[in-house]
Amino acid sequence: MLILTCPCCGVTGEETEFAPGGEAHLKRFGPGSTDDEFHGYLFEKVNPRGVHFERWRHANGCGKWFHAARCTVTLEVFGTYSAQTTEPPQDIKDRISAKRPGWSWREFA
Amino acid sequence: MSDAVSALEGAREDGFATVEELGLKGMITLRGGLDTPEVGAAVEAAVNLAVPGRGEVLIADGGDHAVAWMSPDELLLVMSYEEAEASLAGMRDALQDQHALVVNVSDARAVFQVSGAGCREVIAKLCPVDMSPGAFGPGQFRRTRMAQVPAAFWMPDDQTVQVVCFRSVAVYVFDLLRGASATGGEVGYFG
Ligand SMILES: [Zn+2]
Repeated sequence: MLILTCPCCGVTGEETEFAPGGEAHLKRFGPGSTDDEFHGYLFEKVNPRGVHFERWRHANGCGKWFHAARCTVTLEVFGTYSAQTTEPPQDIKDRISAKRPGWSWREFA
Repeated sequence: MSDAVSALEGAREDGFATVEELGLKGMITLRGGLDTPEVGAAVEAAVNLAVPGRGEVLIADGGDHAVAWMSPDELLLVMSYEEAEASLAGMRDALQDQHALVVNVSDARAVFQVSGAGCREVIAKLCPVDMSPGAFGPGQFRRTRMAQVPAAFWMPDDQTVQVVCFRSVAVYVFDLLRGASATGGEVGYFG
């Protein structure tokens, strides 16, 4: 079971208090994009074994969205951070590097 | 004017802890910038309390007035049912130039009280929250999940928990609480 700390209200809870929101840091392609871009945005999600970045919502708590960096193998959570960012903050990346040297995820490493 | 009644009209059950519905309570939801002087003034005018810090609840007048931190931009004000409409008008005046919202949610909520030495255990059976005295106690406010529905609670004192939920699930929550506090169901986890 995942234990997540909501960066908005500070509550640490187990995953049933939260709602998963899918992959993090997607770039939205909508009207005006090519069919390939829109297809990629809708369907081409990564499903890594190891380091992963996700969106979560504190659905049964403060109601806010946030980001989480975690390991899909061990369910270890490296950290949670603001939803108002387009890439993982450096301290989160550093924490992952300390535990999973050489990790990469999409364009981040 | 219709005769306002609460969802369960004061239902009560005595197990190893006592569960009772507290009847009609006045409740106002405020959304806005919690660090602005206007919000501070509106809260003070309504319940004569300051804006609580993250995860906290402030209580005054023996529990007749309270203000709870719901999220980074939301507060819940508790008062008597009769007070709510007048307080709402005053708050609207205080916040008229603000990007803020105040709504009387009194009729959309149900409030329960669990009292007795086993009150922590009743909540711990139903919510994924550490209810040990070192982790949660008076002054704190927690929104969470109670079995299958959202709920929030705080402790007026160490022997009492008050629970707020949506009125539409009041029967469900009362049944949960009385089941979890049924005589013979004591676990004694918190000593
Ligand atoms: Zn939260």
